[in-house]
Amino acid sequence: MAFFSEEPNFDFIGKRWYAVAVSMVIIVIGVVAIVARGGLPLGIDFSGGTLMVLEFEQPMPEESVRDALAALDEKVVQQYGDSGGGVLIRLPQAGPEQGASLEQGAEQVIEILEGSGLGTFEVISRELVGPIIGQELQRRGISAFVFAMAGILIYVGLRFRFSFGVGAIVAVVHDILITLSLLTLFGIDLSLNVVAAMLTITGYSVNDSIVVFDRVRENLRLMRRDKFDHLVNKSINQTLARTIITSGTTGFAVLALSLFGGEVLRGFSITMLIGIFSGTYSTIFIATSTAIAITQRRTAARSQSSAVQEREPKRSQESPRSGARRPQRAQRSKRNGRKARAS
Amino acid sequence: MTKNLQWKLLAIVAVVALSALAIYPPEERIRLGLDLEGGVHMVLRVQTDDALQLETETASEQLSEQLSLQGIELTSAVAVDPVTIQIEGVPPERDAEFRQMAEDQLSLSYERESGVSGSYTYRMRSPVESSLRDESVRQALQTIERRVNELGVAEPIVAPYSVGGDQILVQLPGVSDVARAKEIIRSTALLELKIVEDGPAASQELLLQTRNGVLPPDMEVVTGASNMLTGGAPETVYYLVRRVAAVTGRDLRNARPTLDEFNQPAVSFSLNREGARKFGEVTSQNIGRSLAVLLDGRVETAPTIEGRISDEGQISGTFTQQEAADLGLILRSGALPASLTYLEERTIGPTLGADSVRAGVIASVSGLVVVAIFMLVYYRLSGINAIVAVGMNLLILMGFMAYLGAVLTLPGIAGLILTIGIGVDSNVLIFERIKEELRAGKRVKAAVGAGFDRVFLTIVDTHIASLIAAAFLFQFGSGPIRGFATTLAIGLVSNVFTAVFVSRTLFEAVLLRRRTATLSI
Repeated sequence: MAFFSEEPNFDFIGKRWYAVAVSMVIIVIGVVAIVARGGLPLGIDFSGGTLMVLEFEQPMPEESVRDALAALDEKVVQQYGDSGGGVLIRLPQAGPEQGASLEQGAEQVIEILEGSGLGTFEVISRELVGPIIGQELQRRGISAFVFAMAGILIYVGLRFRFSFGVGAIVAVVHDILITLSLLTLFGIDLSLNVVAAMLTITGYSVNDSIVVFDRVRENLRLMRRDKFDHLVNKSINQTLARTIITSGTTGFAVLALSLFGGEVLRGFSITMLIGIFSGTYSTIFIATSTAIAITQRRTAARSQSSAVQEREPKRSQESPRSGARRPQRAQRSKRNGRKARAS
Repeated sequence: MTKNLQWKLLAIVAVVALSALAIYPPEERIRLGLDLEGGVHMVLRVQTDDALQLETETASEQLSEQLSLQGIELTSAVAVDPVTIQIEGVPPERDAEFRQMAEDQLSLSYERESGVSGSYTYRMRSPVESSLRDESVRQALQTIERRVNELGVAEPIVAPYSVGGDQILVQLPGVSDVARAKEIIRSTALLELKIVEDGPAASQELLLQTRNGVLPPDMEVVTGASNMLTGGAPETVYYLVRRVAAVTGRDLRNARPTLDEFNQPAVSFSLNREGARKFGEVTSQNIGRSLAVLLDGRVETAPTIEGRISDEGQISGTFTQQEAADLGLILRSGALPASLTYLEERTIGPTLGADSVRAGVIASVSGLVVVAIFMLVYYRLSGINAIVAVGMNLLILMGFMAYLGAVLTLPGIAGLILTIGIGVDSNVLIFERIKEELRAGKRVKAAVGAGFDRVFLTIVDTHIASLIAAAFLFQFGSGPIRGFATTLAIGLVSNVFTAVFVSRTLFEAVLLRRRTATLSI
């Protein structure tokens, strides 16, 4: 069985500006939403605060709990889980941590609810995060991301070429922005688990980009007479079946996670779903477009250089062009090409 | 070729057997994280300033004591902040003598910052300061460890946390009586015995009435509960006590629960030699007055001093037996010189953890089933290859985690699912490549060989890039994210083995026997 009986031939690169426009629209909407709500929807892991999950013995509408807690400012009360009796309560950080003050909010909630006559309940989880830890987790999250990006940029830059590395990173940043936008629109708080999912997306997106770039690298040796953007388009088409299958199966696994993974994993799995979609899409359109844009700019900057260089941007980039050595390299590439065909 | 293949198959069987051995029996070998098992996770900060304050106060007190023995009376000698002693009113004619004595007493730990017209400032030397801070964190760490061990929790974690240097991570898996565990850990048990100058009184104003509402500089107001002997509803009462403690927890040698003369639960304690000397002196000078026993700045009880007490004493109050036992434990297992602040606290109930495990298992299994069905439909017989490879990958991953003693967390389960995804991806890459080679007109064996050869490079590149990401996740992430990074990293490595080596060997084994021109892919 196969998706494509022969090699598909979609003009992805020709349509890339439409894709960029769609992305821009989503990101702009997301940024507006983020600004409108006064910043990213940080969960208590990063902002500090109290998060409690209570399980009432009988089904409990969230409104009743919210009404009972009317005295508390800035609380969030949500239905939790499928039992009907689960309620999630979130409170903001009260002040700097001193002794047992971290507990105050949580104890206040329990006291009020016990006196409210709403029925008996059990505290199934209680998370209290002070501002110091929140800031530290924020700092750690950001440095993990920045260093991971730098590492990947360097690795891809070394193994492939610099413009590919930049393309992969631009695609990742695109995915992160899209994910942040959609999470904000869906009202999902950024927790440690969600950040773990976003970092997973990062790896996934880079993985996808590398597979396409790997094919471009191979094709650069085999089809040296083609124009670069045409060659990239061909590479995308050649790897399209794999891209669809992998994204599809991973998507299914993550879908299972979001369906059966329970409340705790919901934020994580939804983030992953968005990320897998965005990662696949950005590989096809964003990563490759960036690589092409950089390559073309370089080529344009060397408008006086010969046609060979246009088709061989990598080789002209590797070392300053010296007319004497160029034919040698061309021969070597030809040899490589023959070998690849014969293998 | 055949022999080579045999060795390869043998290697695969060996790896599978080792992994299975590492996992067996799974209930014991696969350790669940707090989020799955339930328990308490806490991050505490040691208030190292407390320890410094204590040190500086003691030093200034000792200095003025020594000076006073020589007949040099100062206006004041106080610790203005945790590391600074401010001395005022040195008689000008005895300035040289003062300097000499201060030098003898303080120069080891303090240096003189300024000294003009009888007032001096001494500041703690910074190596002394940092070693005292380190010491108090280390001591707090040991103390908490001992307390936790006495709680009888299985596999607790008490470890330094973060680069800040003063934070401590405490994890108590499977703790059900959360409140009591916290009570024991959180009780910082900063024990101080202070002479009561006045009180108890019902309010601060009443307390200071005789002193015209002015708080003397060497005293402080502390609070306690009123119901010590009378019973009834506890009310807050106020005591005026000397600022400098007669004895602190540092001087404590031992403490144990006992019964007082009314057969009520009480805690008896004994002091070390230095403490006994100080305590004997103070009690003999203050017979008939009250002695406030302060735990974390709050008066627990304030018995009258009946006579000179040197090395043995008793704290009685309105304790239940459990409270007396806990207080004894707290005092015995370490009288902390510094108090603790809670920075983070997460309590996961065991039911929620169990739900998560179930949800994670259902999600993983259903994800696996969907993927398996798809691979079989799409790649037909070759799909079996992919399923074997992915299944083996999971087995090796679990085996490795059991071997390393790594903990399976919720994000870890997510990492497991991602590993399935990556495993599938590698197989898809290879199969698609083989298909392509077949389309290009290659014979089956050549196509399989070329497919694996070519894709190997791609897989290496994608995996190394992901490993780089996982490494940084591990380096900078905290608890749950680290669990994820660990799972991912192991999964990536074992995937290279299963998707490339195992899968290829299986292909070779199948193709060896048949001389077919077609491949079910």
